[in-house]
Amino acid sequence: MADIVSIIRKITKHHLFVPIICLFLVILFNLIDNPQFFRLEMRTSSAGYPTLFGSIISVLNNGTELVFLAIGMTLVTAASGGQDISVGSTIAIAGCVIMRVLCGTETQVYELHNLVIVAVVLGCLAGMLAGAFNGILVSVFRIQPMVATLILFTAGRSIGSMVLGGNKPMVHVDAFSYWGNFIPGIPIPTPIFFALAGVIVIFLVLKFTNLALYAQSVGINENASRLNGLNPRSVKMMTYIIMGVCVGIAAFLQVSRQSSINPITITKNIEMDAILAVALGGNALSGGKFSMAGSVIGAYTIQALSTTLSTHNVPSEGVPAYKAIIIILIVIVQAPVVKEFFGKFWGNLTKKSSGTIRKVA
Amino acid sequence: MSRNGLRKREPPTDTAFLLTITICMFMAMYILAVIFLGDKGFSKPQTFFNLLNEYAALIVLSCGLSVVMISGGIDISVGGVTALICMTCVVYLEDAGGGFLGAVLISLGIGLAFGVVHGFLVAYLKIQPFIVTLAGMFFARGATALVNLDQVQAKNAAFTAVSRVRILIPGVGSFTKRGVFVPAYIEIGVIVALLIVILLFLMLKYTKFGRGLYAVGGNAQSALMLGINVSRTKFFAYVLTGLLAGVGGMLYFLHTGSGSVVQASGLEMDAIASSIIGGTLLSGGVGNIIGTLFGVLIRGTIYTIVTAIGAQGPWWTGITISALLCFFIVLQSVITSRKKR
Repeated sequence: MADIVSIIRKITKHHLFVPIICLFLVILFNLIDNPQFFRLEMRTSSAGYPTLFGSIISVLNNGTELVFLAIGMTLVTAASGGQDISVGSTIAIAGCVIMRVLCGTETQVYELHNLVIVAVVLGCLAGMLAGAFNGILVSVFRIQPMVATLILFTAGRSIGSMVLGGNKPMVHVDAFSYWGNFIPGIPIPTPIFFALAGVIVIFLVLKFTNLALYAQSVGINENASRLNGLNPRSVKMMTYIIMGVCVGIAAFLQVSRQSSINPITITKNIEMDAILAVALGGNALSGGKFSMAGSVIGAYTIQALSTTLSTHNVPSEGVPAYKAIIIILIVIVQAPVVKEFFGKFWGNLTKKSSGTIRKVA
Repeated sequence: MSRNGLRKREPPTDTAFLLTITICMFMAMYILAVIFLGDKGFSKPQTFFNLLNEYAALIVLSCGLSVVMISGGIDISVGGVTALICMTCVVYLEDAGGGFLGAVLISLGIGLAFGVVHGFLVAYLKIQPFIVTLAGMFFARGATALVNLDQVQAKNAAFTAVSRVRILIPGVGSFTKRGVFVPAYIEIGVIVALLIVILLFLMLKYTKFGRGLYAVGGNAQSALMLGINVSRTKFFAYVLTGLLAGVGGMLYFLHTGSGSVVQASGLEMDAIASSIIGGTLLSGGVGNIIGTLFGVLIRGTIYTIVTAIGAQGPWWTGITISALLCFFIVLQSVITSRKKR
């Protein structure tokens, strides 16, 4: 009896328990409700190449941007104890920079003005600049992260429009759309490879550098880590700049997917998804210890949820209502007050079963 | 020399300091606009009253935000709640054939419901207010889409009658080119908004609850030791903000007379920006309703100036507001860090 209790306790205490259970619930719901969700088929794309098609593929494909944002958001959350709510707007900035470099001031583009790699690098730089701006406000001026990022949240889409001078360019170059869709001959969408590469890189970085240790110690106790010789300012700054790189890549995938950009509507509401991914990953939104694997699973869970809702004919504008309920449930479960209450409750239950042993002791 | 002369002058409080900056900024901005852009209508009194007409709802929403920010929290759901109220009211008036009074009750009810839920989660479960109200904002936006997806115009007779009421200001007005005197007017929403400003000003200054808000926002620990019920004060701060969001949403609906999914987008940021520009400290404990009123007017003036200049592209409003917001947030951070030393 005690063995089973301790095993259950061990499993429920594992940091990947919450994210995997959530993903499992979404999958289970689809398994019962709509088995079509799991069908994979080969279809011929409009360009005449065989491509894989199905809801699972679409979740993996469309979740890529979210995975990158979740990676950045996890680090930012861990180090600064708050979230970056400007990611949707900064994607608009980076996307507009990329389009501006590729298209100049034309609206219908049949030949790219620059190499794609140049545009991507400049887009990432724009993202890093935005991240550095947020980072300075958070680390030097000690403003709460959500308030500091509020500034770019308000301004980002306007800055994007300004970069493009109000244009909404369309790119008619096939090679440009390969990155966000399919490379001819490869049946798997390209963004999936990006996500894979991104996840591998971040895991290598976390394994072979001290980034995770530094971010966590600054998030848990800023003063103590300063006394131990860390510079909390530069650690926080670093996480925001990494967030900027993630934003740049997400922006590139987004504009390549659409071959055009509308800074007012691009990645609208994605900040909510990114925060939700971090919360679903079992990470405390108040900073400190984090689990990157949890966040990545969380990101795919969110995407699976969005896809599930849209297959049930929920209008895309209505989806946030469901996600809001889920995030509230998660934070309620995570809240210290609730945990304490259930801890007592659980303690009373186990005390009854192990009461005899205690008496002997 | 008298003793009074020897006494060192007290330095102005943060509230007074920030309020002075705000009022001076508004005066300077408006006077410059009258001087340089007088021919574009700024010299007419109606331009000023139009600011009030246009931003009556924003005044009420910003007042709500000031209350919750003074208590040390934040509420970013007010824009979403406004959209939800507009959509629900317009559907109620047009499709369900309801009356005007019912619409008012619905909007107050929606606002109150959001306020109670936010207050409970923040004050009693101690969840970060930003997360709670962010979820509230997305819930409200999503719910708006679930109520109705299309844009609807309100044609209800009683509603349009109320929304078209114009209250003339005696003795103030301007002459047209033919020399006909056109008196300046305000809409009914302005009366409600100004009434709320006065009531809140008195409440914050003279009631136990109002003083408690400042105490809780300034230092929750000391407030607790002084015997203030911190959780209950925070809870009622959110309930009050929710109720004001209900009133603000109703005024917004009264002004626009329509409901759509994208309506009032970014309104929460406008309200927060106005409140911050008006001298409310984000860390809590400092703030003033009069400052908030001027914050809204500054925001409105910037918008009017940008439109009057016809600056290249509509994005300049967003950028100017954000720059101003950035300036004030950094200023506040400097003030608070100076105080801690």
